[in-house]
Amino acid sequence: SAVFDDPGAYKAFLAKMYAGLAVSGQQGPAGMPDISGIDEGFSQYLRAYWEHQVLTTEEAIIGWDDQTIKDFHRQEWGSSDNFIAAMYYRIYYQISLANEFLRSTTEDKLNERGESDQTKAEVAQYRNEARFLRALSYWHALDLFGGGVPFVTEDDPIGSFMPSPINKQNLFEFIESELLAIEDDITAVGTNEYGRADQGAVWTLLAKLYLNAEVYINQGKYTECVTYAKKVIDEGPYTLEDNYEHLFLADNDHLQEVIFSINFDGIETRTYGGTTFIISAALGGDIPPEEFGLGGGWAGTRTTKALVNKFDANDGRALFYDESYGQSLEINDESDYQQGYAVGKFKNVTSTGAPGSDVTYPDTDFPMFRLADVYLMYAEAVLRGGNGGTVGQAVTYINQLRQRAYGDASGDINSGDLTLDFILDERARELYWECHRRTDLIRYDRLTGGDYVWPWKGDIKEGTATDSKYNLFPLPAADVNANTNLEQNPNY
Amino acid sequence: QKMVSGEVQDEEGGTLPGVNVTIKGTTEGTITDSKGQYSIQVPGNDAVLVFSFVGYMKEEIPVGDRTKIDVALFPDIESLSEIVVIGYGVTKKEDATGSVQAIDSRDFNVGAITAPQDLLTGKVAGVQITSNSGAPGEGSTIRIRGGSSLSASNDPLIVVDGVPLAGGGISGSRNPLNAINPNDIETFTILKDASATAIYGSRASNGVILITTKKSEVGSELKVNYNGKLNVFSSNKRVDVLGADEFRSLIEERHPTHVDMLGNASTDWQDEIYQNAMGTEHNVSIAGAYKMLPFRASVGYSNNDGILKTDNNERFSGSLNLNPSFLDDHLKININAKASVTNNTFADRGAIGAAIQHDPTQPVNWDTTFTGIPILGETDWGGYYARLQSNGQPVQLATANPVALLEQRDDKSTVNNFIGNAKIDYKFHFLPELRANLNLGYDYSKGEGDVYVPQNAAFAYNAGHGGGTDNTYTQIKKNELLDFYLNYVKEISAIDSKIDAMAGYSYQYFLDDSYGVNSNVANDSAETTYPDNPKELVLLSFYGRLNYTLANKYLLTFTLRNDQTSRFSPDTRSGMFPSIALGWKIHEESFLSNVDALSQLKLRLGWGVTGQQDIGPDWYVYMPRYTYSLPGASYLFGNSYYQTIRPSGYDENIKWEETTTYNAAIDYGFLNDRITGSVDVYLRKTKDLLNYIPVPAGSNLTNYINTNVGDLENKGVEFSINAKPISTPDMVWDVGLNVTYNENKITKLTLSDDPDYLGVPTGGISGGVGSNIQIHSVGQPFSSFFVYEQIYDDNGDPIPGAFVDQNGDGQITESDKVHKENPAPDVSFGINSGFSYKNWYFSFSGRANFGNYVYYNAESVNGTYQRLYRPEGPYLSNVTTGVYDSEFENAYYMSDYYLRNASFFRMDNISLSYKFNNIANQGINLTVTGTVNNAFVITKYDGIDPEISGGIDNNFYPRPTAYVLGVNVNF
Repeated sequence: SAVFDDPGAYKAFLAKMYAGLAVSGQQGPAGMPDISGIDEGFSQYLRAYWEHQVLTTEEAIIGWDDQTIKDFHRQEWGSSDNFIAAMYYRIYYQISLANEFLRSTTEDKLNERGESDQTKAEVAQYRNEARFLRALSYWHALDLFGGGVPFVTEDDPIGSFMPSPINKQNLFEFIESELLAIEDDITAVGTNEYGRADQGAVWTLLAKLYLNAEVYINQGKYTECVTYAKKVIDEGPYTLEDNYEHLFLADNDHLQEVIFSINFDGIETRTYGGTTFIISAALGGDIPPEEFGLGGGWAGTRTTKALVNKFDANDGRALFYDESYGQSLEINDESDYQQGYAVGKFKNVTSTGAPGSDVTYPDTDFPMFRLADVYLMYAEAVLRGGNGGTVGQAVTYINQLRQRAYGDASGDINSGDLTLDFILDERARELYWECHRRTDLIRYDRLTGGDYVWPWKGDIKEGTATDSKYNLFPLPAADVNANTNLEQNPNY
Repeated sequence: QKMVSGEVQDEEGGTLPGVNVTIKGTTEGTITDSKGQYSIQVPGNDAVLVFSFVGYMKEEIPVGDRTKIDVALFPDIESLSEIVVIGYGVTKKEDATGSVQAIDSRDFNVGAITAPQDLLTGKVAGVQITSNSGAPGEGSTIRIRGGSSLSASNDPLIVVDGVPLAGGGISGSRNPLNAINPNDIETFTILKDASATAIYGSRASNGVILITTKKSEVGSELKVNYNGKLNVFSSNKRVDVLGADEFRSLIEERHPTHVDMLGNASTDWQDEIYQNAMGTEHNVSIAGAYKMLPFRASVGYSNNDGILKTDNNERFSGSLNLNPSFLDDHLKININAKASVTNNTFADRGAIGAAIQHDPTQPVNWDTTFTGIPILGETDWGGYYARLQSNGQPVQLATANPVALLEQRDDKSTVNNFIGNAKIDYKFHFLPELRANLNLGYDYSKGEGDVYVPQNAAFAYNAGHGGGTDNTYTQIKKNELLDFYLNYVKEISAIDSKIDAMAGYSYQYFLDDSYGVNSNVANDSAETTYPDNPKELVLLSFYGRLNYTLANKYLLTFTLRNDQTSRFSPDTRSGMFPSIALGWKIHEESFLSNVDALSQLKLRLGWGVTGQQDIGPDWYVYMPRYTYSLPGASYLFGNSYYQTIRPSGYDENIKWEETTTYNAAIDYGFLNDRITGSVDVYLRKTKDLLNYIPVPAGSNLTNYINTNVGDLENKGVEFSINAKPISTPDMVWDVGLNVTYNENKITKLTLSDDPDYLGVPTGGISGGVGSNIQIHSVGQPFSSFFVYEQIYDDNGDPIPGAFVDQNGDGQITESDKVHKENPAPDVSFGINSGFSYKNWYFSFSGRANFGNYVYYNAESVNGTYQRLYRPEGPYLSNVTTGVYDSEFENAYYMSDYYLRNASFFRMDNISLSYKFNNIANQGINLTVTGTVNNAFVITKYDGIDPEISGGIDNNFYPRPTAYVLGVNVNF
């Protein structure tokens, strides 16, 4: 294709693969969407992922009337759900992009185009990153939709065919093998350009895959989890940011705690999804918009008391707007924004309090992987029997998080406090609204069923038990219809 | 045997060339020469000469002992319409085998008509014309027999003087047909079934409208015509919302903590945005013939304001027709040129919704007596009230001041249109039965506009970048045509047959280029440039038609067209579109010859295949290609932002959509054709629908592509009757009625037949972003509403949030939605009537639709108590009085409570005129006409207008009632 006459096209294509996580199309904030059949803003990858991972849990509730959006929190979604289709098609969009990149940059093709050795070396790196991004999206597919999803690689053509489904075991192994295959070739840990994946991202993803292996393939891989968490901690240059709040502000780029981020900018990278959604939807009512660095909020998302009550008074991570801003703790009406505490964790102001470069589209990057998560994974994997780490080391890591949260050692724990339940709650306190919660609750078997309920789970105020089928999302009816090889997930 | 000669004149004493002079009972004859002279050899004194000429009454004159016979022919008003234009030629109405209906200028709608299609509304069975809004110069949605496509265009092909126009509009234009001044149109011919349309092949699936403009003829006297109109448009419909006092007390009652957000004013925002508007129109035409050069030239000017303040449409138009003949009429040339310049000022239609929603306790303009204490920044917003934050900046999501939206936005465009063609028709000297026709056409349009909103407009404020809007745009479209055909007509008396055969070739090239810049006023980094990126499309065609007539009773038409489009890959781009039709003029049979009451009875049977290729703006759907990102979609690596490239999805096998039409019809005429009409029944099946649908995930580079999947069918009945109950020299009464029944059903939508698959959602509504109220589902009409069934209490009031649990699973989920009704009418009627008495003429025309449903979106959004206080912002929002009926706290967009039967009768025109003849003996005729357009609507629907194309009533721009005073002067 003539587009590759310009050697810059390879990097432009690489940028597209990353931008696929951040924007919704070729025009910001909207106008030339990558995927169709859904409002463009809704179709953005991170927004969809956030809705699946956060709205389905106690961490957030949403008041809008947008189609079936309330079904996430109520846990009563169905296979025709447009938001689920958005996530699914976004995942496959990313996979298709990566496949196309790999097809377009084979050695033969590079030779055919007479590319220089330098270009070839760069493209080789890009190919590793394409495989990482594909593995990341396949991991999301496995985690959200299970193993019955379609499987395509660069060996498949483009056109009208029906991809065959894979199964959990094979999909797990594919993701694992891809990550292991690029582990040593991808840019060394901490040395890639900001925004691009390197060894640190590969190791973190491997750790996350192994931590949840028991859910995915009924086989604990906690030792492997410890191994890769340790690699990140020991070999990487990552350190905890001094101020917890700074991780989520408009100038949160280039932070040493962040291993892999999705990047946004008020001018250059605009979307109605991403952190625009996360920040704008959280703002409304009587909260002054300038506190969020915005010209106004969308007044949709709040949190439930189930999250609020996990914090004690001195925990600086509890970034909530309470009664003093007209919000109430109790939620009697899901649609009323002022019921439920608002969450002021992500904002479009800088660490010095200045607004971001635009009052509609935040500059705030989204830390998809960060060191605190790796510390907590290390602790959990050790506690679940993984070899290679110690409880003592785990306590040390967790106390580092808590000292940052409390400003002093008053919140420290000892090894006796370190239980699996404590870790689950600590993950909520440290990582709420960062797209981990649904996966965490499933690992503890608490997302569905009646062991753990929260306000409006199961569509009643006090919360109630829900069907375990909601541990997986249904494959979109549109794809089951278009691809007769697919089989719908159980009970949908 | 003897020679007879003479001269044929028209009614005004001019000579008539080209008149057929035949000997009755034979096929022998001649035609008059350029001076109207003829001479013919007749067998004897018993012979009868028949003089016939298109548009004139036939004269039969026994020769007797005369050798010189001069004849005057008189125009046959009836038969004028009996010659109808068809694709690449003409035919006699009585010989047409397809569903062809011509409407000529005498039957056009009258009044304040700026758009050509409005001349036709309600006149033709099976043709639905729905104006898109009440704005001046607005376009319409035209549907012939219900539309046969889903994702592809359902617009008919429009052909002007033989030049097929490109589909779609142009930036800055309200109406793609604006290029043509309605006053220059002579006839519309509607081709409905495939035997009529298939000659246009791949663009004919949704019917064809042929527009013929006015021309002059050899020998015509010089005629000058002026017509002028004065239009007054009145706006009287309003959405019922709460008044300021009612609103204030509701806020005090329900939101006591937010009472401080109320103002002290009392503003009816709808009154502030609407006005009674004026318009004028002037047209001058001059027609005649200079020797052998007939000509017609016209200029027109119209200028109409909209009832939405600041809306305006102004058009200058000009046309020129020349149709000289040479070489004893063997060579005819017809040159048409039409040009127009349209200037639009667009009112911001957001004001319509904003006027419904805006807090009525706030003033239009800042006034400290209303607001009490001065607020920081209030003088900075152009003097218009705006809801402000504590830091003095506007609340972003608060309802914009509707008056500021109108007055602070300057949105203007200029559209230039030119349609020109030259037709050269040559009748071979050595073989007069054969003629060659070459048509060269050129259609050019250019739309340019800019939108400017100043930085102090609160609704376009941006703290980071100064705000305001400064957009400019340009679009250029070109369409070049080369059309050539040979036509051979031969009567073979030996076998009592007539053959009319035609074969041709057509090349058409389309170009579409648009570019522009979207920016804020400061022109800083928020600028988005749309590069100049021209698209091209070529359509190559071969076509042919054979008409065979036996004994003037049995008619056969066969057509075939081969189209090739650059839109599809070389493997799939060629398509064949055949049609065949049979006609039987039953009244010519001897067994009916003594049934005097029956003047015409014809049976028509037709079958044909047509195609569709217009899948919208993407002209390269079969090719892999890359798209560069525009600003705002770059990605950060390190410290630099990178522009991205995106590989687009494609289907290399994409091909024509095909519609097969079966048509059976009877044309009838009674009492010497004082009663005429037809009945058509049809079935149209579309297969391989060009459909924008989800493809298997992972198989392509996006999730939806245009591909050929799905079938649908339309079936229907059309009935029309035209009668002349009174016909005396002083008094004539005409009445026409047409009835259409159409039923549409999707029969296949995807490759598999999964019964659980609901279909493709469509019909986006406002409120609940991304929500759709309609769906395309198998077994249902397209765009069926897809809703929850509301449950009502014993008093008949809707119970909030209570819906029928269709599957009985105890939850209300997507699977409890049902298909219910659709926006298309089941039955539609058109009625028109004219009554003349001496110099008076009274006429009216109206239409009725039955079984068309509308989703009352303005009510579903604004008719809930939850609207009153909006936490996004925050701000206060007015509600419709419908909230008192529903008593809904929260919004239930998907409830069928908002689905309303919108059957209606609309009186489109009532008109009375008086004609002053031969004023001061100067041969000047003056007609004065008073017309009311959109006089009244009878409906149970309680929204602003029941007639909404697409069936979703959301902030509809009301159609005004127009009072028109017109004068028409002929010199």
